[in-house]
Amino acid sequence: MPHSNKSYGWTGKILLIDLCTQKYEVIRPEENIYKSFLGGRGLCSYYMREIKNLMPSEIPLLFFPGALTGTKIPFAVKTIISSISPLTKTFFTSAVGGFFGWHLKKAGWDGIIITGKSQNQIGLTVKDENVSFFDCNDLKNKKASDIFHKLKPEGSAAITSIAADNGVAFSNIIIDKYFFAGRGGLGLVMANKGLKAIEVYGSCDIAVHDSENLSKGIEDSMRLVSASPSLMGELGFTEFGTSALYDLIFSRNIMPAKNFASRSFPDAEHLNAWNFKNKYPWEKTGCPNCPILCKRISSEGLLPEYNSMAHFSSLIDNRDIDIVMEANRLCNETGMDTISAASAIACYRELKDKDHSIDIIQLLKEIAFASGEGKLLIKGSSEFSKKLSSPESSMNVKGLDLPAFDPRGAYGFSLAYATSTRGGCYLQAYPLSHEILRKPIATDRFSFEGKARITKLNEDMNAAMDSLGLCRFSVNAFGLEECAKLLNAVTGEDFTAGDLMNCGERIFYNERIINYTLGFDSKDDDLPERFFESENAINRDDFLKARANYYLIRGLSPEGKPLETKTRELKLKWLE
Amino acid sequence: MAGVKEKYLQKLISQRLCNSTDPLVGFLDADLQWNRESDKTEILSQVVNSLGVSAIIYSIPREPYKSMIKYLASYEEKDFLKPEDTETRTFLHDIPIAQNLNVGELTQKLKKRKGLVLKDGSVIAQGAIGVEQAFVTFSSICFSLFVKFMCDFYYHRKNLMKMEGEVEEIAKKAIKCYEDHLLPFDKMPQSPYPFEKEDDAIAAIIEAGSLTVESGLVDSFFGNISCLFENTIYISQTGSSLDELEGYIDPCPIDNSKTNAITASSEFSTHRAIYLKKKFNAILHGHPKFSVIYSMLCDKINCPNRGKCHISCSDRRFMKDVPIVTGEVGRGKNTLLQTVPEYISGRGVIVFGHGVFTAGGSGFYEIFRNLLEIEKEALWAYKDLVF
Ligand SMILES: [Zn+2]
Repeated sequence: MPHSNKSYGWTGKILLIDLCTQKYEVIRPEENIYKSFLGGRGLCSYYMREIKNLMPSEIPLLFFPGALTGTKIPFAVKTIISSISPLTKTFFTSAVGGFFGWHLKKAGWDGIIITGKSQNQIGLTVKDENVSFFDCNDLKNKKASDIFHKLKPEGSAAITSIAADNGVAFSNIIIDKYFFAGRGGLGLVMANKGLKAIEVYGSCDIAVHDSENLSKGIEDSMRLVSASPSLMGELGFTEFGTSALYDLIFSRNIMPAKNFASRSFPDAEHLNAWNFKNKYPWEKTGCPNCPILCKRISSEGLLPEYNSMAHFSSLIDNRDIDIVMEANRLCNETGMDTISAASAIACYRELKDKDHSIDIIQLLKEIAFASGEGKLLIKGSSEFSKKLSSPESSMNVKGLDLPAFDPRGAYGFSLAYATSTRGGCYLQAYPLSHEILRKPIATDRFSFEGKARITKLNEDMNAAMDSLGLCRFSVNAFGLEECAKLLNAVTGEDFTAGDLMNCGERIFYNERIINYTLGFDSKDDDLPERFFESENAINRDDFLKARANYYLIRGLSPEGKPLETKTRELKLKWLE
Repeated sequence: MAGVKEKYLQKLISQRLCNSTDPLVGFLDADLQWNRESDKTEILSQVVNSLGVSAIIYSIPREPYKSMIKYLASYEEKDFLKPEDTETRTFLHDIPIAQNLNVGELTQKLKKRKGLVLKDGSVIAQGAIGVEQAFVTFSSICFSLFVKFMCDFYYHRKNLMKMEGEVEEIAKKAIKCYEDHLLPFDKMPQSPYPFEKEDDAIAAIIEAGSLTVESGLVDSFFGNISCLFENTIYISQTGSSLDELEGYIDPCPIDNSKTNAITASSEFSTHRAIYLKKKFNAILHGHPKFSVIYSMLCDKINCPNRGKCHISCSDRRFMKDVPIVTGEVGRGKNTLLQTVPEYISGRGVIVFGHGVFTAGGSGFYEIFRNLLEIEKEALWAYKDLVF
């Protein structure tokens, strides 16, 4: 039983590893750090600021399961992987499912911080309290499934694949074959450290303070999950994964087409979830204890989730369902983020391939291997478009390519993209819930009224959720009220929903401070011009007014800079 | 920003939840604004600030809610009320009671729950992301406590529990109040049937939706409506107000070949199963008060299933010819998806502690009439039991 610390839920130990020396030490955080930052995403930003040296070669890579990860609570599975993104140059966190965090917690660790760099390709094994290294030189340029086949991990494994080996700035870390820490290119950070794989195995159950109340809390939450049509409905995520969104987003006129030049894609109804289901009969799979199981596997591999489906069809103007499937498979095997890979192709088509003569699959392969035309795209659409002096052709915010939700069809997305600490991402403010899925309540998607506050509140709530290790789907059913009950049952603490909101606010603001130290402010909290100039454009003054309101509510200066008073009020360290 | 505050202020009044001069509605965007001046806004502003929410509604509700809530809040020994209906179970959990308008106490209780009641019978509801949310909570608290009072009163009359004080007077007044609105209601759906085109089907849903709210059968947010036209189910979206359905009806192919229904009502599966199983083409579902109350009355105080009647009741029960079935919302075990499509026929079914489904094969006229009549009969049946 390696759990030496008295606390429940948390193990009380963090593993600090230096790859240069292959030595490690144990950090035992004080109690108030847990109470202030919870776990997962919260502890990532906390330790990112603690480890002051942000020099490129010394950029740390962090793996932190959420505070509830590893318990039997449904949705409590996420591990947050974090670093400075080679794509966006911001502080970056990526939440990933699978069994990694589950095993890490059961091995007795609340997180791993990896510093330094190894000269050779190595792997790291964490088995309960034991830490060891192994040689990985033979895994270079191997596809993901081959690496997993070779490793045969006893518990869970995190690896990088071909794209990371070849310097692709949007390469993923792949967990347990089917789970991707995507978007910010954390795979490249890992590859640059000479770290090819991490295996983790834990054998101890997590100590729970009050199992009776935990079971009650789970029952209450599950009642809400069952009542959520988007999750458990017969057309919801449990049946179709997020591909269930395809028809809906298209019919609401929110699905981008042709690199966001339009929102019309006449073939949508031939490429929807129903067609995929008929063409590629699937089985459901997913994270431990998940009532949804959103991943679907066919004999041809994993089915694409919504963003991959939309981007590999509508965004790049492809009407062939097999190409969508193959592009998705290729990205998963080579470890490329599907949104950025598709965005790179869409941008390439707009600038260099107007007659659509390139072979999409071939180009994707070339990106992964940094060869041929693909070499132009390995740093992402943003860098590519700048090289061709057409930055307006890359649809990104802070270098992060936009997902398949056009903000002209749902204004909350415009604030979400502009203010997310990771760049063009909707998952922090998650306007999908209220503007489209109508939870917890529907808001007017063509209005900025009240949106600044909703954006801020949702960002805080989701920062707390990410720190607890809860999957984003859970917010389609329950909120912090239920989470507080669960957390108290597990840890024996006395959190209220309000306390968790405060933690979320602190965590988000801390990330904002890190980004400020990296040079980001209001000039970066903006959208591509296309959204303000086209047909049905967003009114720029309305957007700027909403953003100014957001800064006010968030406690930032009109230029989007952190304020000392607010920083101290949130009990965070002010800049040195 | 006056728009949102005014809209829900009007709804509080038109749905007979509050008298026009009582509610205080606060909405925070960049700064906090109130619908009117009051000496109470200072305290409430502090509550809003410390909760970090964006909206709050504070009001003494209108009769009969006022007397019922005041009664329940002053006689309850615990510091919360726990009605047994489905809205409370899935949405409110329980309803805290606050002694008075005190920042510390309100904040502490509202940190845990969406709304609460005060000893004087007034209700406070918060909205994390908007006034609409606070309105739904306000309305739901009034509904749940009406149901709780009437259930308690029944047990009191049956000598199965003891209620002190003026309960009989309050109950009589409440029933009269409800009857005065429901009984004279004589509007009926006028939309032509059979439908000739999609737009006819949609128009018929919109009309039926607003009638269910206007008649008082449904408190606007809880309930759903659909019809089947040319192999497509047209259904109200989840969380839509039934009196404002225009633009909020999703077309969902009955073979599920499009997944639009992901935002359709959480009862979409039940509606679809009814259409697949029976020769119906329109369905109404609402939570009319006395049907809900009647469904929950049971004298078997020592029954081992007590407390989980909504999933475990093993008796075959009826309100006249209308079956009362068990089932929770959603999919999975013990849900109404397993009971409602099976038992719905004749005039409709009542789901224990939840509401009524009516379905028919000739548009909305007949099924709206059935919903109205089931509720009237449940009301009369209740009166027979207690008076
Ligand atoms: Zn219902």
